[in-house]
Amino acid sequence: MIVRIMGEGQFQLQDEHLVELNELDDALTDAVNAGDEPRFTQSLTDLLGRTRSLGTPVTDEYLGGSDLILPDAGSTLTEVRALLGEEGLIPG
Amino acid sequence: MSLGKRLSMIFKAKASKALDRAEDPRETLDYSYQRQLEMLQKVRRGLADVATSRKRVELQGQQLTVASDKLQQQAAAALAAGREDLAREALTRRSAAQQQLADLGQQQASLQAEQDKLTAASQRLQAKVEAFRIRKETIKASYTAAEAETRVGEAVSGISEEMSDVGLAMQRAEDKTAQLQARAGAIDELLASGALEDATGSTKDDIQLELERMSSSSNVEAELAQLKRTLPAGTAAPAALAAGTTAPKEIRS
Repeated sequence: MIVRIMGEGQFQLQDEHLVELNELDDALTDAVNAGDEPRFTQSLTDLLGRTRSLGTPVTDEYLGGSDLILPDAGSTLTEVRALLGEEGLIPG
Repeated sequence: MSLGKRLSMIFKAKASKALDRAEDPRETLDYSYQRQLEMLQKVRRGLADVATSRKRVELQGQQLTVASDKLQQQAAAALAAGREDLAREALTRRSAAQQQLADLGQQQASLQAEQDKLTAASQRLQAKVEAFRIRKETIKASYTAAEAETRVGEAVSGISEEMSDVGLAMQRAEDKTAQLQARAGAIDELLASGALEDATGSTKDDIQLELERMSSSSNVEAELAQLKRTLPAGTAAPAALAAGTTAPKEIRS
């Protein structure tokens, strides 16, 4: 599976890592939905840290899309909302 | 749905828009490559803008430091002359200058971080664009419609995601730069208004003028006293001069 961290590039991850990453991703989604900025920052930091440690950077020659795209490490909740809102994907 | 998946969908939607542009997949390749080169140009210009803004902040920081040191000296001079009010005013301005300096330092650090990220992103994009160019030529050479469609789709969506990413990084850097420029403009105004004297020292602020006025009036005092001593006793002049010296003496005390 290929995961992109915005502003950092793509990482190759094994399928067995998916369960753990999904849990962290769920926590992040909850924080976004709840509008909880401190929890958002914490869960984003956790998810990005785990992605970096489990994954290996994809080579520059690889040309393909990602299965998962994660926000930039310095992102704020407002920025992520704006990104999602741009395409009308914000859940109610 | 998870956040990572939702973001991937947005990026994929953008990529498929790029794919829909042309009937022939090979045209899509050329069109996409053209866009990539434009994007690389934009990123390089963006980087130059960020660097320029950082230079400006650096320069303002130097000016503010000079202004702040000068205000400190003025405060000392004012206090030595017994003008606590003037010293207080100078120190108040110095504190404002120090505050601006601290803010500038933070902005400079954050702009440096944006510049570093953008540099890395542009290097990555450049490598991807080169990989795309090679892939493009290979696909074109061995072109069969059915095969090309999937390979073009893969290559274009991959590079399109990279471009969206670098595009966002650039937008962020531009926003930060714009904020900084607004602030830099405000500091320029502050320096120009004389509230913080221009580091070139070409203009005199009101504290400096007051200090100079005080020093020149005490010179006048000294010269007057000198004159009085040289005057012969018993003339009418000393009475008038003594009356004239009472007001400046208050300033000296």
